[in-house]
Amino acid sequence: MGVKISIQEKNFRIEQERKLVLDDIQLTLNKGDFLTIIGPSGCGKSTLLKIVAGLDTDYRGAVIVNGRQVEKPGIAQGFIFQEHRLFPWMTVEQNIAADLNLKDPEVREKVDEIIEIVRLKGYEKAYPSEISGGMSQRVAIARALIRDPEILLLDEPFGALDAFTRQHLQDVLIDIWQRKKITMMLVTHDIDEAVYLGTHIAILSANPGRVEKLVPVELSYPRSRTSPSYQDVRQRVLQEFEKTEYEKYRDGEGI
Amino acid sequence: MVRAQALNKPIAGGKKAKKSSAAWGKGLVFPLLVIIIWQIVSSSGLVSVTVLPSPLQIVSTFYQLIISGVLLEHLQISIYRAAAGFLLGGGIALILGFLVGFSKQFESYLDPTMQMLRTIPSLAVTPLFILWFGLDELSKILLIAFASFFPLYVNTYNGIRSVDMKLFEVAQVLEFSRWKKVTKLILPSALGHILVGIRLSLGIAWLSLVVAELMGSSSGVGYMIMDARQFSQTDKVFVGIIIFGVVGKLTDSLVRLLEKKLLKWQTNFEGVE
Repeated sequence: MGVKISIQEKNFRIEQERKLVLDDIQLTLNKGDFLTIIGPSGCGKSTLLKIVAGLDTDYRGAVIVNGRQVEKPGIAQGFIFQEHRLFPWMTVEQNIAADLNLKDPEVREKVDEIIEIVRLKGYEKAYPSEISGGMSQRVAIARALIRDPEILLLDEPFGALDAFTRQHLQDVLIDIWQRKKITMMLVTHDIDEAVYLGTHIAILSANPGRVEKLVPVELSYPRSRTSPSYQDVRQRVLQEFEKTEYEKYRDGEGI
Repeated sequence: MVRAQALNKPIAGGKKAKKSSAAWGKGLVFPLLVIIIWQIVSSSGLVSVTVLPSPLQIVSTFYQLIISGVLLEHLQISIYRAAAGFLLGGGIALILGFLVGFSKQFESYLDPTMQMLRTIPSLAVTPLFILWFGLDELSKILLIAFASFFPLYVNTYNGIRSVDMKLFEVAQVLEFSRWKKVTKLILPSALGHILVGIRLSLGIAWLSLVVAELMGSSSGVGYMIMDARQFSQTDKVFVGIIIFGVVGKLTDSLVRLLEKKLLKWQTNFEGVE
């Protein structure tokens, strides 16, 4: 059981010209793994996530989630977008329930439970326009979680938030991950976020996107950003990252 | 900051209510000023009563028309015509707007025709309607229906087509059924446009009512105006005009109230102080 990603190639077509975006990506996640993916902008990390979600099916390869091939988007592959993408006409609790009926006691119970987990108690009846960006993103996470996804995919979910809110949400995410034991994949451009969250870190290089290095992080949670062992891992990842960046500039690409 | 906002809500609400009543007062200043000057000019005898009756005289005629029940009778038939025409035209507009908005097939078959019909002034089709349906109720209602069809049709279609693609993607990820996509995504996001369409259509229905009643009838506020004109009863003409204005404004306010209730999730620019 787990997630097997095997992408031979993924091309973009830009004005008749084919551009190789992802080249031979092979990743295997065990149940409960938290894979963070970092890479320079334009390395195709968001595209990779969209392929796993089933939102992009125009590629050569296969994505297998718990023995089932992903062919279209669905609740089994929960997806958190960069923006919260809440329905503005629904309150917080309506957004979480979305197409489910809130009057159903079973749904009601699940919604209340999840609101507790993402720490939104007291805001059930607020509209998205009345709450902050960080809270909105938590609603989006709750909306995915209530559907019991087999994997949760997060595409730079905290990128638009300020540093303080981001750290807070990272802790919320760890809390959820530990409670629910969901397999997670999170794309970020923030090395610190990748180290703080992941059980594994995939470092992608750009043009074309390849997995340059897969770094396991053997630190226990909650992690302390200031501990020497944490700094050690961070240093290692940074070095790897700079290496791929350096090669990019040496080849005269990038920027 | 967010928490403070949530806590302050009732206070903010109270402030808003006060503000709107103040705005109400401001709206009355200009018409009151005009009426006062008008009364002064009329009382001084500078203009003839058949050209410009004084406000007081208009009020007294108004009162007499109400007491005798004449006004109510005319108003009733006028409202009936406008409502029937609006419901007919608006109803069909909603249905067609939905169909054309939802389906590309319907759009390519129907929309070009609609856009062509839309440019025809309702005054131009009036003679045709009289020829076909005579001078009785049917032709009037159909004329109103024809005129009030287009604003609602165009806005419904627009509303459905303005659904955010990003939210569509979300609906896909959350595995919304086709029905839920309609009720939870498309309808709520089109609602704002549809309500604007309803407001415009109601306005047009009211306008074309006058055309319908002026083209020949023996009842209705429009008829009352025409009849009074023939006898140079300018004060009665004024009463008719005022009635049109007041009822038109009332229906518009009603839809706006509906708008406020249904679209309370929207936070839009409300204009500067």
